[in-house]
Amino acid sequence: MYDSLRKNSNAQRALGLLFGIIFGVFLQKAGVTTYEVIINQLLLTDFTVLKVMLSAVAVGTVGVHFMHGKGMVNLHTSPGSFNATVVGGLIFGAGFALLGYCPGTVAGAVGQGAMDALFGGVLGMLVGSWLYAIWYPRISEFRDRGTFKHERLQEVLHLGTWQVIVPLLVLIVALFWGLEWLGL
Amino acid sequence: MEWLRLEQWSPYICGAGIGILSWFTLLLSDKALGASTSYARTAGMIERLFRGSRVLEREFFKTVTPTIDWQWMLVLGIVIGAFLSSALSGQATIRWVPDPWFSVFGAAVWPRILVAFVGGCLLALGSRWAGGCTSGHGISGTMQLAVASWIAAICFFVGGIAVATLLYALPTL
Repeated sequence: MYDSLRKNSNAQRALGLLFGIIFGVFLQKAGVTTYEVIINQLLLTDFTVLKVMLSAVAVGTVGVHFMHGKGMVNLHTSPGSFNATVVGGLIFGAGFALLGYCPGTVAGAVGQGAMDALFGGVLGMLVGSWLYAIWYPRISEFRDRGTFKHERLQEVLHLGTWQVIVPLLVLIVALFWGLEWLGL
Repeated sequence: MEWLRLEQWSPYICGAGIGILSWFTLLLSDKALGASTSYARTAGMIERLFRGSRVLEREFFKTVTPTIDWQWMLVLGIVIGAFLSSALSGQATIRWVPDPWFSVFGAAVWPRILVAFVGGCLLALGSRWAGGCTSGHGISGTMQLAVASWIAAICFFVGGIAVATLLYALPTL
């Protein structure tokens, strides 16, 4: 029902900007656009990053699967492989710790005035992306090995969508309760 | 509108807000929240300034075209949104060396910029390698119950916790 809007690339660029401004406000108000909050998450002394991410997942998953069940939205997942997901994920993690921001929050940090985010982080990300583009033919050959058998958790667990979501919500709420109880 | 001037909102409220935002990006734009691909597009645009359309002969830039798309505008929006939010709360200030770094490694600017630069390189390499970042995999993919995204998100934190712990243990070695 939103086909014409989805295909209008100028309207989409305007929507992207609007969604980004809202995303940026939430990230900044959560505190995750600062180095301190992110590095303290990785040093396990502040769990703000995890709380933000898992709250988004809990709220997001309910609406997304409700709309998907009604045929209102498409899902966007890709299969992944050991060589792509695990190796790439660990490289990402090393960069995450050294920079102290991630690709979304580094943009927010720039907006807040963090010069290490701009002249270190963004510049480094441009160089890193370019290196990937140069090495892409060789890396993509390596990445294709060890493809995961299943694309979605439902297939791994042999459960229906809501049979995965409900226990997931319970686990997330229990984790939040535990974190608050520990004062983290 | 006093709440817009607050320095911080509950992380649960902000997270829930991002969750609701993701409903609308899928509904109105048929796109999931993500950020990292935009840096790759920008790298292509910069190379294009120097090498012209030969850039498009690279296999990578055939799939990730060096153009301004929905997600590129989203990342620009994050800069603007975080600026507005921090300006309203009085937190927007030019800072070169952030806090915990300052107390452990000192006030010198170059070491911080250098480490941040290396971190940025690895972050971008890792994002493209894993096919997403903390937004694309960590929030969007996990909420869509994608196996690869849950594994990627766990690896982001395993690698991040290991390297951060090592980094902050260095001065005591």
